Amino acid sequence: MSLLEIRNLHAQVEEQEILKGVDLVVNKGEIHAIMGPNGSGKSTLAQVLAGKEEYEVTEGEILYKGRDLLEMAPEERAREGIFMAFQYPVEIPGVSNVYFLKAALNAIRTHRGLEEMDAMDFLVYVREKMKVVKMDEALLNRPVNEGFSGGEKKRNEIFHMSVLDPVLAVLDETDSGLDIDALKIVADGVNSLRSEERAFLVITHYQRLLNYIVPDVVHVLIDGRIVRTGGKDLALELEDKGYAWLEEPLGAAETVSA
Amino acid sequence: MAPSDTELLEQHVDQKYEAGFITDVEAETFEPGLDEDVVRRISTLKGEPGWMLEWRLKAFRHWQTLEEPTWANIKYEPVDYQAISYYSAPKSKKDGPKSLDEVDPEILRTYEKLGIPLQEQQILAGIAVDAVFDSVSVATTFRDKLAEAGVIFCPISEAIREHPELVKKYLGTVVPYSDNFFAALNSAVFSDGSFVYVPKGVRCPMELSTYFRINAQNTGQFERTLIIAEEGSYVSYLEGCTAPMRDENQLHAAVVELHADAEAQIKYSTVQNWYPGDPETGVGGIFNFVTKRGLAAGRRSKISWTQVETGSSITWKYPSCILKGDESVGEFYSVALSKGRQQADTGTKMIHVGKNTTSTIVSKGISAGHGQNTYRGAVRILSGAENARNFSQCDSMLIGDQCGAHTFPYIDVQSPSAQMEHEASTSKIGEDQVFYCNQRGIETEDAVSMIVNGFCKEVFNELPMEFAVEARKLLEISLEGSVG
Repeated sequence: MSLLEIRNLHAQVEEQEILKGVDLVVNKGEIHAIMGPNGSGKSTLAQVLAGKEEYEVTEGEILYKGRDLLEMAPEERAREGIFMAFQYPVEIPGVSNVYFLKAALNAIRTHRGLEEMDAMDFLVYVREKMKVVKMDEALLNRPVNEGFSGGEKKRNEIFHMSVLDPVLAVLDETDSGLDIDALKIVADGVNSLRSEERAFLVITHYQRLLNYIVPDVVHVLIDGRIVRTGGKDLALELEDKGYAWLEEPLGAAETVSA
Repeated sequence: MAPSDTELLEQHVDQKYEAGFITDVEAETFEPGLDEDVVRRISTLKGEPGWMLEWRLKAFRHWQTLEEPTWANIKYEPVDYQAISYYSAPKSKKDGPKSLDEVDPEILRTYEKLGIPLQEQQILAGIAVDAVFDSVSVATTFRDKLAEAGVIFCPISEAIREHPELVKKYLGTVVPYSDNFFAALNSAVFSDGSFVYVPKGVRCPMELSTYFRINAQNTGQFERTLIIAEEGSYVSYLEGCTAPMRDENQLHAAVVELHADAEAQIKYSTVQNWYPGDPETGVGGIFNFVTKRGLAAGRRSKISWTQVETGSSITWKYPSCILKGDESVGEFYSVALSKGRQQADTGTKMIHVGKNTTSTIVSKGISAGHGQNTYRGAVRILSGAENARNFSQCDSMLIGDQCGAHTFPYIDVQSPSAQMEHEASTSKIGEDQVFYCNQRGIETEDAVSMIVNGFCKEVFNELPMEFAVEARKLLEISLEGSVG
């Protein structure tokens, strides 16, 4: 059974159809990259997977671990192991990063039938994870994302990911707004979490990130449909040629196996 | 053979009667209406000395000359003062529920959620006396400890009889009956309340709570509280309880006066959860119109007000401080929640009189549903108040788009060396924030609680610990269902 199966997904927001029939299969242990020009529907795909209400699925289905994902509330999806690193992480004043993460982790653990972690154990656990993303301990006690720089926010997302130990991680343009150093830290964080039990959907506009997070499969999303699928070299081809060469034969989506 | 629970209890009850409580336990409820005769009857029933009756009558006559104020940002059906009964017999426990099975399940559900132990639930529900033995004996030990320290803590009706010199000296000195319409009314007809006296240099050995005033029956209506802290003393007083309280008397017009001498400190914390009325129409809820004021009379005295107001249909109160002593300090920390059809017009007045005085105001207003929340604060720095300092922060949080938050800060500075800081913010609990929490596995109600608690943290940190825990739970329960 595949971890994630998306079949003929159509989705709209504010009455406008963005996804026009997306098919995608992701298995555990794989890293899939989704690339595409602005407006192609990359973020929409991420938001639909996360369960944002504004994004209405009008046709098609999504199976996660064989279950109908669209029947699951966002928090249930999270507890079942779906994590999304937001493109624009919000701030939550008054709620410290560490308190927030402990609440989230315990909600997930309870769902999995595990005992909740107390504050002490959690702190020990979290300190280990902080090393992975080179997180400053000072940011633990700050309110979530409050006053964080753009780079710090993105790294905080990866930090959250490593703490919550997801099964399917969706990274929504995590690289946007990052300089090379921050990019490397983020990539190191993601790479340290690669495992046979986990899958990643890396959504990105630029090829650069994929130098550091090497994908197994690359999909190109144009105008709401995946028009091309290939190996990591496809990303390099896009860097070289841009998206235009793929935008012409719309409706005739060719798939080149990896 | 050791006496049975019932026998021990009966002994205790007999002792109460010896102390003269019998005059309070009258099987009488007045018909509605208010005139001088009613005031006299109240005073007689309470066995009050002549000077107390005179004071009440003066207040009543003054009240008759006053017009009800209408400047607050609240709307309500006019109160018919002649349609209220001004004295109700304490509810006979015999008429109360025989067991928790007879109590409204909604109320029980709230007790459970608040983690209230079974025995306390029984007291709150008004169940017959022999089921609550433990609480009575705890209260007795409590009173002994206080007596050892020289602290007086008793119902004000008892203080009027047993400590008239103290009452005479201080009653009405911080809130004169002429202060306002409701203070005048309260002064005329007050039913009961707390009296606390802490002698020089004594740190009250425990937190005082209205809970332990055994005679706390039907006192909600016109409660009168007086707390006196002599030089160098300290007392922390907790008023109210998190459990939802219903009362057939709709108007609650209380008066609280605090007096702190040099180096003394009074900390007054309130958690209020009176019935807020029907969530759709607002009908039937309690009108909580309160005058609370503290006089920081002596040098380096300190008065702190902390309140968590989640109940009542209308909350109208401004716990205030008069900073008379040099270097005296006044503090006001407040969380006020208005949801459903609740309305709150609350805030504080800090009046700087002495030199080098400091005041701190932190007000957190939360509006949800169709709630209307108004912060009204006044900081007055008189000309002699050199080097006065004030810090004010009023933050509003809106949940949903049908509610309102309003802020009316008044600042009147007459001293050129004063320093004032005022910050205000308004925020919404955004759907994006909630979704972020959802995506991390936290469900919406928990997310809202978490965010609201974070918003209120500064205020909750000022509450005595167990109160803080209860207050957090109360806020969570009160917010249930407010985020669609």
